[in-house]
Amino acid sequence: MYRYIISRVLLVFPTLAGAATLVFVLMRLVPGDICLVRLGSGGGNFTTQALEACHAEIGIDRSWIVQYLEFMWGMARFDFGISMWSGKPVIVEIATRFPISLEVAVMATIIAVTLAIPLGTISALKQNSWIDLVVRTFSIAGLATPAFWLGIVSILVVLDLTQAISGHPWMPPIDYVPLWQDPIRNLSIVMLPALTIGYRYAAVSMRMTRSAMLEVLREDYIRTARAKGLINRIIINRHALKNALLPVVTVIGIEFAFLIGGLVVTEQVFNLNGIGRYMVQCVQNQDYTATQALVMLTVTIAVLSNLVVDLLYAWLDPRIRLA
Amino acid sequence: MSILEQTPTTAAVLVDEHGLTPRGPIAIAWTFLRRQPVGAIGMVLVLIFGLAGIFADWIAPYSPTANDFAVMTEPPSLAHWLGTDQLGRDLLSRILFGARTAFVVGLTSALVGGLAGLVIGVASAYFGGQLDLWLQRLLDIVMAFPLIIMALAVVSIFGTGIQNVIVAITIPLIPRCARVVRSSALAIREVPYVDAARALGFSHSRIILAHMVPNVMGPFLVIITAFVGQAILAEAALSYLGLGVQEPVPAWGLMLQGGAEEYATTAPWIAVFPGLAIMLTVFGINLFGDSLRDVLDPKMRDR
Repeated sequence: MYRYIISRVLLVFPTLAGAATLVFVLMRLVPGDICLVRLGSGGGNFTTQALEACHAEIGIDRSWIVQYLEFMWGMARFDFGISMWSGKPVIVEIATRFPISLEVAVMATIIAVTLAIPLGTISALKQNSWIDLVVRTFSIAGLATPAFWLGIVSILVVLDLTQAISGHPWMPPIDYVPLWQDPIRNLSIVMLPALTIGYRYAAVSMRMTRSAMLEVLREDYIRTARAKGLINRIIINRHALKNALLPVVTVIGIEFAFLIGGLVVTEQVFNLNGIGRYMVQCVQNQDYTATQALVMLTVTIAVLSNLVVDLLYAWLDPRIRLA
Repeated sequence: MSILEQTPTTAAVLVDEHGLTPRGPIAIAWTFLRRQPVGAIGMVLVLIFGLAGIFADWIAPYSPTANDFAVMTEPPSLAHWLGTDQLGRDLLSRILFGARTAFVVGLTSALVGGLAGLVIGVASAYFGGQLDLWLQRLLDIVMAFPLIIMALAVVSIFGTGIQNVIVAITIPLIPRCARVVRSSALAIREVPYVDAARALGFSHSRIILAHMVPNVMGPFLVIITAFVGQAILAEAALSYLGLGVQEPVPAWGLMLQGGAEEYATTAPWIAVFPGLAIMLTVFGINLFGDSLRDVLDPKMRDR
């Protein structure tokens, strides 16, 4: 067990280093000179000195090897450099935007899990019934619905509903307050985005719960449990669900990384000042230092959530470690 | 285990009510329609939007880019079935032409990404050893980038526009396909007929193309069908963010940008119809893909 954990944890480092290398290479593929883009964006003329000063400032006048080593060393120390757009350290820009994104992500996960596991289980137990049909349609539609469109439509519905009830339309506030300061205001900001992202997440997990449950229900030990005369509730909770949840855990972990992608569009719809919206701004402003930091941040989250899934899996299912 | 007991991991098991396997594309399609009614619904949805895209020039009542400032933000009417947007453009015409953009991006990314993944996956499984090991590590790294994040990074480098969007969506699809193809190809490699082909002195390319590739076609087709849907969603998201297809090219994601939110209360049709088009298309693709998987993979039946 320990050998597995150690080797699995150690695998994270080469993957992250490889990803950082890939980001470094990608960002150097930018056609033309970053400084020309930057100085030229003002529209005015600029001198050769200004161009050279800019090169020296970003450090692209040095050899690729030096730049690469410096970049990797910076990543290892969470030093992402200075934003090319705002002039502030990238880490500061990210830190101010991180809490709201994290809260939406966690909330979406809670919504997804509380919807997916009960509904997926019922759907499997009552296979081919009308409730199964409803759950399956709901989940397959979840995979087809663009999160940003769901966001726009939900805003529309809220506006119309509040207009009908109170006579004037209500929009969720956009300036973030932490949960512990003003829970109601905080939740009114976070709830709709979390629901729109959570829908897709719930849909995927629901499908997985249903198919894993169907598979487990056909196992011999379930038949044995039935033959012993165990009551249905115990068979479902203790024997079936426990084993069916293994693949569900994997999907929840993998989809958590997907969630960050969902944040990019959803934050735009709801005007939330989180890291997803920041990333879009960075790409629009051609802020390469910030973009590479944000890409690395999401990759790190994805790699770590995969690690957690693998470790949980090994803990839940002893057979995995033998493989 | 004798050679006779070996079965390829996935075999097409589409049979009609007499237990016969249909021959020819029309017979296959007809049997599929009868055996998989849900998949047939999906296929019909995909066909509607696909044909709309192909024949948009003939069936669209207006030009997708023509502004008629006399009818800005008009609700659906006889003249404009789905209404007009804030610039007086006919929404139905834009949705029809948008279908073309969606399918061009979706099909190209899925096919190119899928084929590249097929080559990498089969080669990785067939040659094995060091090549397989390093390719797998490389795929691990590329897979660590969530699809939309990778696409954003590529767009930030090469810029926006339809070709760059296709590139941006294709790249993250490659490792996802290679992974699936490799795991099926690994099982095929162990089947004795591959050994037999090798013993007969066939070239690597002949073994790969004639013996391995046909046997991974099942999972390959299932995954590229799913890719078409994912690519259409990714294109819509990028275009919505203003980082994908650019005006004046009509695209569903682009139609939801700007105006849709601003006019949400006064002209909800601007926001509702393009989104419905995306949803129905991807819904159709997913239904079709699920049925395809049921047909091609008997182990996944009844789920």
